Amino acid sequence: MTDQLNLSSWTCPLPLRNYPTIVMGHGSGGKLMNDLIRHMFMPLLDNDTLSQLGDSAVLDFFPDSDTPARLAFSTDSFVVSPLIFPGGDIGELAVNGTINDLAMSGAQPLFLSAGFILEEGLPMEMLGEITTSFAAACQAAGVQMVTGDTKVVNKGHGDGLYINTTGIGLIPADVAIAPKNARVGDAIIVSGTIGDHGMAIMSVREGLEFETRIVSDTAPLHELVEVMLAASPEIHCLRDATRGGLAAALNELASASEVGFTFEEGKVPVQPAVRAACEMLGMDPYYVANEGKLIAIVDGGVAEEVLAAMHSHPLGQEAALIGQVVADHPGMVISKTSIGGSRVVDLPAGELLPRIC
Amino acid sequence: MKYLDEYRDGELTRKLLKEIEATVTRHWKIMEVCGGQTHAIIKSGLDQLLPPKIDLVHGPGCPVCVTPLELIDKAIALAARPEIIFTSYGDMLRVPGSERDLFSVKASGGDVRIVYSPLDALKIARDNPHKTVVFFGIGFETTAPANAMAVMQAKTQGIQNFAMLVSHVTVPPAITAIMESPHVKVNGFLAAGHVCTVMGYWEYYPLVEKYHVPVVVMGFEPVDIARALLMCVKQLEEGRAEVENAYARSALKEGNQSAQNIIKQVFEPCDRAWRGIGVIPNSGYRLRGPFQGYDAELRFPEIQTITPQESSVCISGLVLQGVKKPNECPAFGTECTPQTPLGATMVSSEGACAAYYQYGRYTMSMQERELTK
Repeated sequence: MTDQLNLSSWTCPLPLRNYPTIVMGHGSGGKLMNDLIRHMFMPLLDNDTLSQLGDSAVLDFFPDSDTPARLAFSTDSFVVSPLIFPGGDIGELAVNGTINDLAMSGAQPLFLSAGFILEEGLPMEMLGEITTSFAAACQAAGVQMVTGDTKVVNKGHGDGLYINTTGIGLIPADVAIAPKNARVGDAIIVSGTIGDHGMAIMSVREGLEFETRIVSDTAPLHELVEVMLAASPEIHCLRDATRGGLAAALNELASASEVGFTFEEGKVPVQPAVRAACEMLGMDPYYVANEGKLIAIVDGGVAEEVLAAMHSHPLGQEAALIGQVVADHPGMVISKTSIGGSRVVDLPAGELLPRIC
Repeated sequence: MKYLDEYRDGELTRKLLKEIEATVTRHWKIMEVCGGQTHAIIKSGLDQLLPPKIDLVHGPGCPVCVTPLELIDKAIALAARPEIIFTSYGDMLRVPGSERDLFSVKASGGDVRIVYSPLDALKIARDNPHKTVVFFGIGFETTAPANAMAVMQAKTQGIQNFAMLVSHVTVPPAITAIMESPHVKVNGFLAAGHVCTVMGYWEYYPLVEKYHVPVVVMGFEPVDIARALLMCVKQLEEGRAEVENAYARSALKEGNQSAQNIIKQVFEPCDRAWRGIGVIPNSGYRLRGPFQGYDAELRFPEIQTITPQESSVCISGLVLQGVKKPNECPAFGTECTPQTPLGATMVSSEGACAAYYQYGRYTMSMQERELTK
């Protein structure tokens, strides 16, 4: 037995450093996507506004005049499958998603554009249902879709329907929210339970059923942000915790602000059904997508007031203060576990993968 | 969550950890065999709370880590063929083969699908009668019953367009190999609770006797882990070497008979190569004669010529056996990171190197902070 075990003969494959083609992980909101943005898009397209890497671009108009204006400008594409899922559909999602990107600059969303890419064979009835829901979401949020585009692709070249929306919003004069504004001593707040959207989609795709149905949390967050800003202007960063979930949002902010984040595992709100689904599928709720949850980094001194204001809004009732911004471990996010240990909560590598064991 | 939160209780875990600290008087090297347990230990941060005298070694029980490169390359070759739908558990997709991974195959047009169960793969076969569905049957004794069931059902239902690329490995021969290796000095083992739930833990009695090493069956939550560790440390301190069960709510001595029966019906023991360790005699399963028609390597004999050679920088073989720590590797954290893995232990989230990398980044930044203060 001993003779057959040659420990020194162990070898390893060549490193797989770069993918020569796009893989699904490049769209996952994790490290692969980060690499793509930093090494492909940024060098070729860089400018001062883009390099902020905010959920929306902040554009200053007439800064030296008596009536300066700041606009938030953002675009998002929606490729969700199935098109209609528990708690929403792609139409509603496309409206709320872009509104939320605008709201993360503290903007009041005003106008949307929409590009509909339709696959040959999409039932007219389904398109009608989705467009109705798109219109209802616009109305509920008080935004107008003012320009659009329609394209049809051959059967097999699209997943039924893709929607791109672009939005413009107006940022109030005294608001200064940006990913790089987190400071040591700030508080980290999450606006509600995490992982709902991602697990709602997963449970449909995997055919899982739970005692409580998991529904998507898709919702427009601009009113919640308004309520928060009314409570205190000392809101330093806001992030919409979509793809890559809480973990990606926190990592992006920590690295943009060059500070460390520490949060307590036990304080992060997670619905029992989402937690159970994550356990079953071998996933971590920190990495699961949300469509109606934000992360706020606010001055430590006003955290309680902001939290109280959030609790008064229907979309912030389960908001929780989960941690602090610290000077240690800049650019890293550390979670304190329930037994008193700690672990690094890193950006997801690529696609979320269920673990085998 | 009921039956889960109780075993994640912070207070109870800390109490057990204190008891460990009060018990331990000497240095002990204890190996948790299973990758799922490594993951739980890292995720809860339990490793940082142990007394320094206890050296926890992450063993070779991550099926993703020990699946040989040859099998990964064979999987990639099959997945690239237009007539095949290749199905796999999710985390195998990211493991690099000689030239690419299964994600890249998918990007180049290969039909690669993640399934949660081999029975899902069988359903895909039923739904796609003009394609051959190959399932990547990896794992320990835990995934073996379901994989056996899929092959059995394929046979009884006459589903011809289904095949399995089998890379099953088993725990007891790996423990034997580790104890026989002249380099390895593991004082005690924490056995994988789910493997024991299937197989029972009767197989460990001869090992305990032969090598005079304690084996404690361990669960997957912080309380389970702390309790099993305490039992193991007590044995070591008292000079005992016994099989003990710290996961009685799930594992029985005789295990699950029906699961074992279906494994026996469909699979037979064979020698298997473990990535990083080499061939361990009788340490795996292959399909028995009547089921060999479902063996992907026999169905597609042309892939048998795929025998890649791995390069030699990575020491993950030594890491998997507890001989070396990940940070003792010259490539660790420089050439080899979770984004640019040289070996499977850096690829899998429960791989020892990936875990070390994450935790190391944190402690190093904390040390720098101390120095600049």
